[in-house]
Amino acid sequence: MDSILSILREYGMLLLVGQYPNGPLGGLAITLLLSVLGLALAFPLGVAIALARMSAFACLRLPALAVIYVVRGVPLVMFIFWVYFFVPVLTGRTVSGFTTMVVTLVIYQAAYLAEIVRAGIEGLPSGQAEAARAIGLNYRQAMTKVVLPQALYNMVPALVSQFVSTIKETSLGYVISVNELTFAANQINSSLMTQPFQVYFVLAAIYFCLCFSLTRLARWLERRIAARREGDAAAARATASAAIPSVAPQQAA
Amino acid sequence: MGSKLDFSVLGRGDYPQWIWHGVLTMFELTAAAWLFAMALGTLLAVVRMSDSRVAKACVAGYVEYHQNVPMLVQVFLWYFGMPALLPHAGQQWLNAHDSEFLLAFISIGLCMAAYVSEGLRGGIRSIPKSQLEAARAIGLSYLQASRLVMVPQALRIALPTLVSHTVLLFKNTSLAMTVGLAELTYVTREIESQSFRTVEVYLLSTVIYLGVSLLIMTVGTGLENRYRIRAR
Repeated sequence: MDSILSILREYGMLLLVGQYPNGPLGGLAITLLLSVLGLALAFPLGVAIALARMSAFACLRLPALAVIYVVRGVPLVMFIFWVYFFVPVLTGRTVSGFTTMVVTLVIYQAAYLAEIVRAGIEGLPSGQAEAARAIGLNYRQAMTKVVLPQALYNMVPALVSQFVSTIKETSLGYVISVNELTFAANQINSSLMTQPFQVYFVLAAIYFCLCFSLTRLARWLERRIAARREGDAAAARATASAAIPSVAPQQAA
Repeated sequence: MGSKLDFSVLGRGDYPQWIWHGVLTMFELTAAAWLFAMALGTLLAVVRMSDSRVAKACVAGYVEYHQNVPMLVQVFLWYFGMPALLPHAGQQWLNAHDSEFLLAFISIGLCMAAYVSEGLRGGIRSIPKSQLEAARAIGLSYLQASRLVMVPQALRIALPTLVSHTVLLFKNTSLAMTVGLAELTYVTREIESQSFRTVEVYLLSTVIYLGVSLLIMTVGTGLENRYRIRAR
């Protein structure tokens, strides 16, 4: 226990921000930056892939399907190496490990997000899309004004969970020496030499605190959204049943 | 990299043997960790269904820990951390008994057990309680009711989750690379750094990973269709 506290005292800042004021930003700060960038940039791509996946046109649907299957079938480490070797070839200049990791995460997360978005859209009653089309909206309007806003709202908990996965996946930046949290812990371990268990325990504890609180947030949001939808549905039923008697006599007349 | 693809490089020297060995290790690790994760995961799910609050809380803590800490960190904790806690004799025993494989298998298996138990628990919870009550009412004991009525239905419901977790476990065996276990990803990097034929080597192992994953998914979908619960 003493050794854990002394690791935290001595290397706490290294774990949080790397060598920041005197060197590059690193540690937990880079882990979070990678996760936020990865998920934020992957999101529009994920929606696009999801819409392509559900498209009536095979020329859109099949490539989207292929992307999803390839990403789900190949380990993230493999992807990191591909991006690591190919982004420099494609752009013609060397690219930092950070950029490599962002590119990898965007491709990887987009495919997973696409499945979440699809589930969100398919989870909506199909009457929503049909009604939107029936009142004269075109496909794009129906999607952006009726279907996506509802689907995305329902998806918020899944997005938070995906953020947790992204945080966990950034740890793999270690294999291409991205200066993130796991990398910082490895630095500490190699300078201490004698306390590997304590160092990795601290590392696990930091990830746990971060991810566990987000998991809890996701669950709380899920319950809240479910309750609100339930409430809306109940309210709608109440108005409907209240409306029927007042309408019925008119129809009778 | 302007030159054409030349796959003959993969046939040179010891490379075929390396690749074969890497693929074998990958399968061994997958199979061992899968069996371990399934067994422990089932046990955890059953314990979590029990009435004991303490047992439930312990399993919940176990599951939360494994779901919220990156698997790479767990592999490091087991591979670098745990042996340091062991007495000298224990460390020697580990080194003599393929510690890379053993500790990678333990860390990946323990982690996936948490996912498996959550999948099974979801399956069990989604069965109406009346099923159990009905089974008890026709005179089955609790164990019989579980074995003959609850578990078969729970397994069927949890099957898609278990299949995707199997793919996840298979993909995660690549993490053993970081502790120097010569599985496919490790071998791929070795050959790449010796031959400099990046595309060919990575293409081969990517195709192998993709092929096995698609196979697992296809078999899984087949099982799902076969064992789907049909409404009468």
